[in-house]
Amino acid sequence: MNKIFAVAGVVIKELYRRKDFYVLFILTVLITGLMWLMNFFHDEQIIRFIKEICLLLIWISSLVIAVTTAARQIPFERESRTIFPLLAKPISRWQVMIGKFVGCWLATGVALLVFYIFFGLVSASREHTLPVDAYFQAFWLHWQMLGIVIAMTLLGSVALSTPAANMTIVFIITIGILAMGGFLHKLAEHMAEPSASLLTAIYFVIPHLELFNMRELIIHGWTGAALPRWIDVLGGTVYGLAYSAFFLITACLVFRRKALN
Amino acid sequence: MNAVLRTENLRVEYRSRDLKQQTKVALAGLDLSVQTGEVFGFLGPNGAGKTTTMNVLLGYVNATAGAAFLFDVNVREPIARQRIGYLPELTYYYKFLTAEELLRFYARIFEIPKNETETRIDRLLKLVELEHARKRPIRTYSKGMQQRAGIAQALINNPDLLLLDEPTSGLDPLGRMKVREIIQRLKNEGKTVFFSSHELGEVETICDRVGILHQGELKVQGRVDDLVKEHQCNLEQVFLKVVGYQPQAI
Repeated sequence: MNKIFAVAGVVIKELYRRKDFYVLFILTVLITGLMWLMNFFHDEQIIRFIKEICLLLIWISSLVIAVTTAARQIPFERESRTIFPLLAKPISRWQVMIGKFVGCWLATGVALLVFYIFFGLVSASREHTLPVDAYFQAFWLHWQMLGIVIAMTLLGSVALSTPAANMTIVFIITIGILAMGGFLHKLAEHMAEPSASLLTAIYFVIPHLELFNMRELIIHGWTGAALPRWIDVLGGTVYGLAYSAFFLITACLVFRRKALN
Repeated sequence: MNAVLRTENLRVEYRSRDLKQQTKVALAGLDLSVQTGEVFGFLGPNGAGKTTTMNVLLGYVNATAGAAFLFDVNVREPIARQRIGYLPELTYYYKFLTAEELLRFYARIFEIPKNETETRIDRLLKLVELEHARKRPIRTYSKGMQQRAGIAQALINNPDLLLLDEPTSGLDPLGRMKVREIIQRLKNEGKTVFFSSHELGEVETICDRVGILHQGELKVQGRVDDLVKEHQCNLEQVFLKVVGYQPQAI
């Protein structure tokens, strides 16, 4: 485990020494701050609008941080040839891959926590309440979803030729699943065979990232009984970890067979 | 003496994706043996297979046939690299890290205890004369400083075998001298050094034995003194003879 955490530590150091996170966070703060200062249409419920914009920015920013950080890990190591002195040490390729995953996931988690704390402050300043349990569930499930996306991106980074192609494909798949994933089986009902069966199969195979999305509950302030039960959150965590593990194991198998020269 | 580095009938082929192109044989049955405590110079013209051999020893490339061993452990096992230090030809390190962070990272890979790590970092940064720059990111270092940081990382685990890939390539005369001094010091400490180089004068000075590789085959292997005596010329001329160099009239 020490070797895995050593690799993860370098990933985290790289992220906080780069400017991506700071830029995205400042942009989110600026846009949300402007919304907060203005009171469009003198609407009493303007806070819902502010929360929706802020959460949307958090989702976009976290996805950008997760995908761009994970996509460049292995290609950057190969391009800058830092992979060579690293693999000349007693570390296996799967340890490198898992270390990269842990580093990206932890770094993204810390960034996400900062975003959610900011969101909590914005929300509390207008609503004068802070439903910590709801926000924690939202943060936690969001982080689990990012774990799947990071593992998928790491797989793409060893299977696809360029980071740009990988990032584009991962963004399309992620946004596609978030927007359409929950409706694929219903769409399939209106299609002819074999497309219907194919779409139904896709519905059952893909990771349902939309299940991790608690934005609507948060925006409309549905707390208490409307929130998922903690056992469901635990179920979501296991579901997320299972998909992350699947993508990660596949990535390790692909990476293990890759000649590095 | 025990062989710390050994290859047995090592063969590496690179298959081309283009069906019309033939498979390239990079190594054709290499049998090599480096004994404890010796400095072994691995020579050959560009494309001879030196880098491929290094790549197999370090586990980057799998052999098509045959096997390679470090301390009698097959190089396919990561643990085979527990007692080696590797210095690549060019500096390939995380440039956003400082020298001490880089050494701390590699020390964790070797699972060296924390207090021992700090002692070794202090000692190594002193050895490579980088104490003054230990807290600066590597991207701010000159080429010579980066190469010295490379030497420090190669020594962090106090290795018994050092694999050096053209360690003085691209360095100024002062930098070369420093690297040579460090190799000499390691030799005096009884470490085994396996290094590839094009600097034949340097090889002649430092090495106990050399192997000359050409077109994937080991053409000559022996003690430097013996080769020089046998061919009655210096190592450079031995090298040129072995690789079949014919001077052309201009």
